[in-house]
Amino acid sequence: MSLFPYLVAAWIALVGLYGLVTSRHLVHQILCLVVLQSSTYVLLLAVGFKTGGIAPYFSDVSGRPVTVDPVVQALVLTDIVVEVAVTSLLLGLAVRAHRRFGSVDPEELRQLRG
Amino acid sequence: MRAPGTLDPLLPLVVVVPLLVAALLAALSALISQHRRVLDLVAIATSVAVSAMLVVLMARTAGGVAVYWFAGLHPRHGAAIGIDFAAGSLSCGLAALTAVLVTASMVFSWRYFETASTWFHSLMLVFLAGMVGFCLTGDIFDLFVWFEVMGVAAYALTAFRVEEKGPLQGAYNFAITNSVGAYLSLLGIGLIYARTGALNMAQIGRALGHGRPGSLVVVAFVLVLVGLITKGAIVPFHFWLADAHAVAPTPVCVLFSGVMVELGLYGVARVYWSVFGAGLGHRSAITAAFLALGILTALVGAFFSYRQRHLKRMLAFSTISHAGLFLVGFALLTPLGLAGAAAYVIGHGLVKAALFLCVGAVLHRLGSVDESRLHGRGRALKTTGVVFTLAALGLADLPPFATYLGAGWVGDSASSHGAPYVTAVVMISSILVGGAVLRVAGGVFYGLGDPPREDPRLRQGATEERSETSGDEAKVPLTMTLPPLVLVAAAAAIGLLPHLGSVLQHAALQVEDEAGYVKTVLGGAAVHHLSALSPKEPTAVRAIDLESGFGTAAGALLLALGGLYYRRLPGLKRLRPARVVADTFDRLQSGVVNDYLTWLVFGVACIGGALAFSLR
Repeated sequence: MSLFPYLVAAWIALVGLYGLVTSRHLVHQILCLVVLQSSTYVLLLAVGFKTGGIAPYFSDVSGRPVTVDPVVQALVLTDIVVEVAVTSLLLGLAVRAHRRFGSVDPEELRQLRG
Repeated sequence: MRAPGTLDPLLPLVVVVPLLVAALLAALSALISQHRRVLDLVAIATSVAVSAMLVVLMARTAGGVAVYWFAGLHPRHGAAIGIDFAAGSLSCGLAALTAVLVTASMVFSWRYFETASTWFHSLMLVFLAGMVGFCLTGDIFDLFVWFEVMGVAAYALTAFRVEEKGPLQGAYNFAITNSVGAYLSLLGIGLIYARTGALNMAQIGRALGHGRPGSLVVVAFVLVLVGLITKGAIVPFHFWLADAHAVAPTPVCVLFSGVMVELGLYGVARVYWSVFGAGLGHRSAITAAFLALGILTALVGAFFSYRQRHLKRMLAFSTISHAGLFLVGFALLTPLGLAGAAAYVIGHGLVKAALFLCVGAVLHRLGSVDESRLHGRGRALKTTGVVFTLAALGLADLPPFATYLGAGWVGDSASSHGAPYVTAVVMISSILVGGAVLRVAGGVFYGLGDPPREDPRLRQGATEERSETSGDEAKVPLTMTLPPLVLVAAAAAIGLLPHLGSVLQHAALQVEDEAGYVKTVLGGAAVHHLSALSPKEPTAVRAIDLESGFGTAAGALLLALGGLYYRRLPGLKRLRPARVVADTFDRLQSGVVNDYLTWLVFGVACIGGALAFSLR
């Protein structure tokens, strides 16, 4: 197993974090959060990968074939469900914020301070 | 009594019942949304039932950790193939506290909201299920899932008044920071799965227990930690908390401050003792790192709390300060330290919930949470005033409130493990926090001293606060005075329980007995002889605990009087305490989520660097 997918996961995570910190648009910022989360998919799938392994659901293969780890795939699915819930809620908030503040810049959301 | 180690059918029920009722309420919302009282009754009955089940579980698990394998997938040859709930009495106790506070805030909401649609009740029940599941789970990926379940419910509840600016901003900052923390935790979980091939906490702990930790495990530990201490509001991960508290409806604040923050720290203890403890080693370096974080948090939170004029934000910063003290209790890695933190969490949870409910009653009647506007206007709210004052004294560690025991035990354990300065830190931060809240009690409810100068930052928000309640009622209804009264009485009663110390220390030993946890979960063994790293320490209430408790409360009273009357003292008239420093710090709490995330990244870098350096 090469190091490459782990480096990709780390890179995606860092890019997502960079975007979150510097973003000046709510929707952009939320998508950066999605990017950050995508790094977890890459990491988990890389962890479960086996060279030459087939998908862990099969019926027409005889013997005991090599499969990739099914656990991480279940984790990624759960992770996606979590992401859908969080992202949709955040996007809903962004729409409302645009309506109330008249801006989608996080710097302009300044009702609370100190 | 059930033999330890056997399956307990109550374990899954405490999560399944609230989730099912929540789904049912949401599904039937068209039918029952007109019958507000039916909704209230069903929700209250559910949370009462969950509390009762958890109290039973707490008694049953005193003998040993209870385990439940979902779908009956028991471990084979010592390897977990299913998902489990594994709970000792400390976990069940914390979950029970959660359910009790949910009940209290449900009762409080009886007359609180003008219109509460079904989804308020559904969300509260999902929130309850998420928090209870987080306490009981024995699987590290499920820990993340429950973390997000309670997270999403909490974000939505924060934005309850979604038509207003404040709640939108508070909920957005809360959701973004906590989600970033959660995803970094998930990266850590992925790394730990890569190393051990396991997700069950006991099995990971056993796999990591052999051999050197290695850099991968340290990185995974730091990443998992980020999400938990973001939820636990540890400086510099704490910024979201004040924003979320300032805008969330008061019954929701009760849960945020009373248990949700504490759950983050419980997660740190759970993950440390079940997963990483044996593998990481270097206990003294771990102690030093968490002690530093805890002390910093306690002092920063207390300082900000004393500066605040916005009541909800003041209580929010006091929660941050106390979260630091809880972390200090855990950091000692002794049974007495953890027991002290547990007693502190119980006492603080009950007292802080009462304070928030009183603030809710004030907001309901007087339409403001600004200390300077409220000065002397709370005289008519007699019961609320008395309860608020008592709860404030409880926050300042006055015996017999359970908080003084927590402070005393944490201090005792620290002193006997070479950190005598912890007692001073606990006293200073409790005096500052208690002084701030007592100043409010004296000023608002009894009209003492001079009204504070109006805070320009609060002026624009003042008009918005009003719409949380219908207001204009002749007096505070019973459903708003009774819950805080009961909670304060409970905090005092628990502090008077005769064997509290030994019971809590036994529960703490259960958590810290790593080998025993592994044997119970994976081997189904009944562990009778708990063996933790540090031996038990005496838990008798000593004179010095009482003295420091009374001393702290007296100090807080003096500070409160000073805050109320300082302008009448000669020489102090022109003094504006720590003005320049404070203004600089206020600017840090900018309300912009990008800044909070910068601090989060900075914090990760600092903690990661410190641990990577010291855990080699």
